[in-house]
Amino acid sequence: MSAKTIKLTLKVWRQKNAKSKGKFETHKLDHVSPDASFLEMLDQLNENLTLKNNDPIAFDHDCREGICGMCGAVVNGEAHGPEKSTTLCQLHMRHFKNGDTIIIEPFRAKGFPVIKDLAIDRTAFDRVIQAGGYISVRTGSAPDANVILIPKDASDSAMDAAQCIGCGACVAACPNASAMLFVSAKINHLSLLPQGQPERYSRAKNMVLQMDKEGFGNCSNEYQCEAACPKDISVENIARMNRDYVKASL
Amino acid sequence: MTKSLNSNIPEGAMHEKWTQHKFNMKLVNPANKRKHTVIVVGSGLAGASAAASLSELGYKVKCFCFQDSPRRAHSIAAQGGINASKNYPNDGDSPRRLFYDTVKGGDFRAREANVHRLAEISNSIIDQCVAQGVPFAREYGGTLDNRSFGGAQVSRTFYARGQTGQQLLLGAYSALEKEIAKGSVEMFSRTEMLELIVIDGKARGIVTRNLVTGKIESHIADAVVLGTGGYGNAYFLSTNAMGCNVTATWRAHKKGAYFANPCYTQIHPTCIPVHGDSQSKLTLMSESLRNDGRVWVPKQADDKRPAKQIPEDERDYYLERKYPSFGNLVPRDLASRNAKYVCDEGRGVGPSGLAVYLDFADAIKRLGKDTIKARYGNLFDMYQRISASDPYKEPMMIYPAIHYTMGGLWVDYNLMSNLPGLFVIGEANFSDHGANRLGASALMQGLADGYFILPYTIGNYLAGTKIDPITVSHPDVATAEKTVINKTEQLLSIKGTRTVDDFHRELGLLLWDKCGMARDESGLKEALKRIPEIREAFWKDVNVLGSPGEFNQTLERAGRVADFLEFGELLVTDALHRKESCGGHFREEYQTDEGEAQRDDENFCYVAAWEFNGVGETPTLHKEALAFEEVHLTQRSYK
Repeated sequence: MSAKTIKLTLKVWRQKNAKSKGKFETHKLDHVSPDASFLEMLDQLNENLTLKNNDPIAFDHDCREGICGMCGAVVNGEAHGPEKSTTLCQLHMRHFKNGDTIIIEPFRAKGFPVIKDLAIDRTAFDRVIQAGGYISVRTGSAPDANVILIPKDASDSAMDAAQCIGCGACVAACPNASAMLFVSAKINHLSLLPQGQPERYSRAKNMVLQMDKEGFGNCSNEYQCEAACPKDISVENIARMNRDYVKASL
Repeated sequence: MTKSLNSNIPEGAMHEKWTQHKFNMKLVNPANKRKHTVIVVGSGLAGASAAASLSELGYKVKCFCFQDSPRRAHSIAAQGGINASKNYPNDGDSPRRLFYDTVKGGDFRAREANVHRLAEISNSIIDQCVAQGVPFAREYGGTLDNRSFGGAQVSRTFYARGQTGQQLLLGAYSALEKEIAKGSVEMFSRTEMLELIVIDGKARGIVTRNLVTGKIESHIADAVVLGTGGYGNAYFLSTNAMGCNVTATWRAHKKGAYFANPCYTQIHPTCIPVHGDSQSKLTLMSESLRNDGRVWVPKQADDKRPAKQIPEDERDYYLERKYPSFGNLVPRDLASRNAKYVCDEGRGVGPSGLAVYLDFADAIKRLGKDTIKARYGNLFDMYQRISASDPYKEPMMIYPAIHYTMGGLWVDYNLMSNLPGLFVIGEANFSDHGANRLGASALMQGLADGYFILPYTIGNYLAGTKIDPITVSHPDVATAEKTVINKTEQLLSIKGTRTVDDFHRELGLLLWDKCGMARDESGLKEALKRIPEIREAFWKDVNVLGSPGEFNQTLERAGRVADFLEFGELLVTDALHRKESCGGHFREEYQTDEGEAQRDDENFCYVAAWEFNGVGETPTLHKEALAFEEVHLTQRSYK
């Protein structure tokens, strides 16, 4: 815990609403604690702006412990900033130097329209889930939990995919704004488990169709999604999804 | 004036109450279910599971959340696990044992019949979640793994790595999305409930603000369900998400719903300490760390030497010293309070002096770094990311923080508040945890309420109640909307000199200081004097920029802080009135010679449910007497 503070120049994307044109706005910010998180640094900027009667910067956030998936911005060209496996809320200012200029933009994609400044609309992800990202089981109709035996490695692989927090960094990082990492993680979480088998192929097909309908791009194997993913979701998921999708379409 | 309350606990033997009650309750004809609309506010474990289950039954459901997606609710952050009395490990667990542990752990301030039902239902929750595809940890043979958690003597906790809450919420969310796709749940994300509509004494709808467009709208229904979480953020710094708030429950309280036991707040001992003024929230680390970590501070006050330079005989392993049989594994409230005491004595560590060491050096020496890494690797990484210190080399620094709130809106056995048609589920109600919640029980309660209790009890209400058809053109709806619009306009018109967060921080520090880990009469009285002053200053001098008809996050926060400023007074009033110590409520004046919480069962063995009489007015106390027929009242001891 260091006592010294740093000074920064922030170039932040400002956009009043989805329809208006945005632009960068430059702000100087002094006395930033290296122990503060990136969002706490933005809080500090917003407090300063408010005291000067300037509109604070809108940004989404909630849990601030890297699990809810609500926060996210592109920092110096990288979704969630420079630290690997780290959401924006868990990025700390000690990774920046005194005098740095930081460029902050929203996640940009056709499927994620800007609401205001850094806040975006990710409801496309919810609609992809509605297309089949579930197991159809009514409350009360489940058998005893240990009736379904699941090999440990299958369960662990499903958990690896299920860790996705739905933040959308994969889309922001992809040059095609593809949502394939997200969609494949959701599909494979269920397709790797015995409970997910009855709806396996219809699920893959319908979720991919919805993904396309939302305006997300295609995959061209850039692997930027995996690099940006704060939860280390592997691109292997995409290959697995493609196999299921092809089977479903035959 | 004190009135008594009827909890509507069914007759019969404890283990037969719920079964018999399910049979006795009225049913809604399948063809009639679609004629009923139910509003569910909140999409966490309780809200999402309730909305999905009600929709499956055939009701029309409208579900609301303030986040951009129902999948983000703060249930998602729960790490440790979910309890159930499956007894898969064959170590002697049963619904009765889970019931017993929960009543005792709650320090005898919960309603026995509710807790018993919770323990009975716990097993169905695990079945349901597995069927949905929740990837719980497994043994090599393919069966489910269990671990012991929070000092329980049996292994009854099911878990999905350190992300159990996330996986359970994604299960409930997927069920909810399935019903949205079917068209029987209408989902309103980024929409905040700002008023409860009460007509002819019944809860009939809500007024909401669309957080993107600012549009104020009313929604009418036959019943309203609140699953809107706890009020820990009254303290400003807590482990809650930034958006967690008391607004829905508080505004329902102002419309007549009683608020029960607000002074029961849970403080979690293993959180990362405050780093400075810019801190916005606190991060919890699983209490499983106390299985191998040793808690200590220097024996001498103001010892500024780095931990490694303090010799063994100048360290005070105070939990091991004071509680030789439980040591570092004492319950959450004891671990927290003792950390406060040593820091009050000037023996706290770190730059702020508000931290204690949690040291793994002995465990690493005994078990090796690899074993410790396998057990706690993800927690150590998280600690290092936040604090930039390597816990394999330096002891961790920890300090307690507000984590969960056991109090909430009063509900009867059917989870209905004293306002007919208003149901309250999950952390938002006061029900099952008494004065202290055990680890891995919050997820269990949220899902029990949503999947397996509310879908039955709400049917009983709808089938047995005459509900007049009304529309949004009802004059009481317009009045409710006017209240919301006026409040919004007032907040935006002040244009003062202080920010919303500035007021929130001032309130939070006061509550933490006077009504936190330990409370006493003079401190509570001082807080009761100060809160109205802060509230008055807020309404004179807060600066809320922007307009009502846009995405305005400052306006959102201002409304929530305004409610905390009213609610805080009730929290302190309740803490002052309860002249005993129990669970998370520790009054300095009421402790045993050994410094343990001293309950007063003769005078305080009741639920305190408060009725609103106006802002700044003394609320009316209603008492629900608690009877302990199955688990006999005893003093907790962890010596």
